[in-house]
Amino acid sequence: MTDFFAFVRDHADKLLEQTLTHIGLTFVSLLLALLIGVPLGIFIARKTRLANGVLGVAGVLQTVPSVALLGFLIPLLGIGVGPALVALFLYALLPIIRNTFVGITEVSPLIKEAARGVGMTQNQILTKVELPLALPVIFAGIRTATVINVGVATLAAYVAAGGLGEFIFSGIALSNVNMMLSGAIPAALLAICFDFGLARLQQLSGKKMRVGALAFVVLVPFLSAFYLVPGRQDKLVAGFAHEFYGRADGYPGLQKTYGLQLRPRLIDQNLMYEAIHRNQVDIISGYSTDGRINAFNLLVLADPKHAFPPYDAAPVVRQAALDRHPDLGLTLNLLAGKLTDSVMTALNYRVDFKKEAPENVARDFLRQSGLYKMPAPGNRTETVVMGSKVFTEQYILAEIYRQLIEGQTQLRLVTKTGLGGTQICFDALRTGAIDFYPEYTGTGLLVVLQPTAAVLKTVPMQSDSVYQFCRTQFQKKYQLTWLKPLGFNNSYCLMMRRGQARQAGIQSIGDLVTYLGKN
Amino acid sequence: MIEVRQLTKRFESHTAVNDVSLTVAPGETLVLLGTSGCGKTTTLKMINRLIEPTSGLISVDGIDVRQQPGPELRRRIGYVIQDGGLFPHYTVADAIATVPKLLDWDTIRIQDRTRELMEKLQLPVSLLNRYPAELSGGQRQRVGLARALAVNPPVVLMDEPFGALDPFTRKHVRRELFGLNELRETTVVLVTHDVSEALELADRIALMDKGQIVQIGPPDELLNNPATDFVRDFLDDKPHRLND
Repeated sequence: MTDFFAFVRDHADKLLEQTLTHIGLTFVSLLLALLIGVPLGIFIARKTRLANGVLGVAGVLQTVPSVALLGFLIPLLGIGVGPALVALFLYALLPIIRNTFVGITEVSPLIKEAARGVGMTQNQILTKVELPLALPVIFAGIRTATVINVGVATLAAYVAAGGLGEFIFSGIALSNVNMMLSGAIPAALLAICFDFGLARLQQLSGKKMRVGALAFVVLVPFLSAFYLVPGRQDKLVAGFAHEFYGRADGYPGLQKTYGLQLRPRLIDQNLMYEAIHRNQVDIISGYSTDGRINAFNLLVLADPKHAFPPYDAAPVVRQAALDRHPDLGLTLNLLAGKLTDSVMTALNYRVDFKKEAPENVARDFLRQSGLYKMPAPGNRTETVVMGSKVFTEQYILAEIYRQLIEGQTQLRLVTKTGLGGTQICFDALRTGAIDFYPEYTGTGLLVVLQPTAAVLKTVPMQSDSVYQFCRTQFQKKYQLTWLKPLGFNNSYCLMMRRGQARQAGIQSIGDLVTYLGKN
Repeated sequence: MIEVRQLTKRFESHTAVNDVSLTVAPGETLVLLGTSGCGKTTTLKMINRLIEPTSGLISVDGIDVRQQPGPELRRRIGYVIQDGGLFPHYTVADAIATVPKLLDWDTIRIQDRTRELMEKLQLPVSLLNRYPAELSGGQRQRVGLARALAVNPPVVLMDEPFGALDPFTRKHVRRELFGLNELRETTVVLVTHDVSEALELADRIALMDKGQIVQIGPPDELLNNPATDFVRDFLDDKPHRLND
């Protein structure tokens, strides 16, 4: 618990900014929903024939899962505030339309006739009788919409629109409970406070409530304005993945090593590339062998001070499996050094961007390296189980290993792809659920071994030394063997659009810091 | 004051009002009497154009009602319905000021008129800021009438005005209200199915059945010279005391 408060204290600025953004997002979308929803509700209360249709459409929108809705909106609206606001707006719409409609249609026909009878026009009946009487019901709708929006607004962090979701999703990505809670608790408190406040307003009677409701409606644009409070006028806009933003070897490492100061927008890592491609951000975090580096003509900024530890890929194998199948180690080592950065990037590019099947891409690679053999027929009695994580590169590696082993040996290879994160793969390996999987040295060092700061200082952040450290420690602690590295280093990196980087004269992270320091 | 000629209203499935003609003299109280569904309410609502006639002619004060916009017409014709037809969110003061405000009276004039009406209808001034839910049935009915009379309309239409009151209160309220000078000078068309109410209040009764007027005339005439068996049965069947 003290950790939690320490985290909140340390990140008070960021937290305040996120809270204001969150409130802003909630109320901008609520305002839009009010502007559209109330008139629409009134309209269908007049033309009841259209009511079912309109309410049906709004209802269907309501049932679209929020992540899917964002997914639909990104191709249309890109990344950032746009899709977040539209999604929130659509969710707020149904309760507002429906309650406006119900509120108005439920005003007693006797009263409506009395209003006509004393000589009110249609508009006067609406504004003097129907709306005031429908107000409690409309208000209940607004209350529902507000609470829904506070919740859904956390998803804005997926698309770089900010809000309390930033800490929630970073916290999940990093298994950092304190970070997660410092986003989740304020979000929950916001929902509770708004719900409570609006409920109080609803309970007021007659005139007081109408005054209160009016005050609330006037207040909404002000609350919306919170969205504008955290100004974002950086020379270069950075969009970082949640995990990168929080991990010691990610952005914090950059700050320490280079003194880099940015106000990054946090964004889902699969959307980052799209965002930089569409000029919505200028710098992104990423992985140095990602296929989209080629596809979108991005420049990986050099890291001469080794702020990012090396992430050389190599298979990690249970010693027991190596002992049982002597040819396994030999076969896996056939790939040593064959997959350089550029080769791996090209393979990723073909799968990620050209949408080719990993199977074909792997076969082509093996053919070109002269390692491909048709699997010999025969009874394969001995089984080896391979694991892989859930991203393109690992799928390709898994395919390469499968074809390699089936071509070169009489072993039967079972693949368990899609083992979520490092921890899951590693646990599976230790318990013997799998025999090997491709791992990266940096991950082995920082996620699995997690040496103390003092020990970490003694390890130079270079490919060889990190590999050797991992190899000895894994062998000693877990009886797991790191075979020879494949040849590529899929480390964290910063990247920019090539054209923009050239114009600004930026080639390395040092250049970037210098550029940002200039006025 | 009111002239209705060959008035007919056809709805999709049936004819509600069939060729009705009648006149109401200034200051006269005409009661439209009949069973539910006989067309009396439809007839009433066509006078202030809450319902548009299929054919026929209605004029109020010599002017064809269809020559003026509905809302304007209705502001000059008082309208009272069951339980007063008050708006739940209007205080008594708001309710009485409804039509004057629609006609853009100034505040002082509205206040004077409100006080005058409160006094005449024997409503304590302390009720001015109360909402309808806080009033008794009889009080609501009086406020409803005050609202209808606020701008001194030459004509007042009443649709089962005492329908929501218990028989005892009903008797008192209607005696009180119809004792008012204010109402005595006004032309009133009142719809009811209550025979004793009709006999007590009406200068003339128009007994309706199946969309048509069966007999129209002063109460005595209907009682003593019923035009048909229906008239006699209708007036006889209902419990009433003439001297009540």
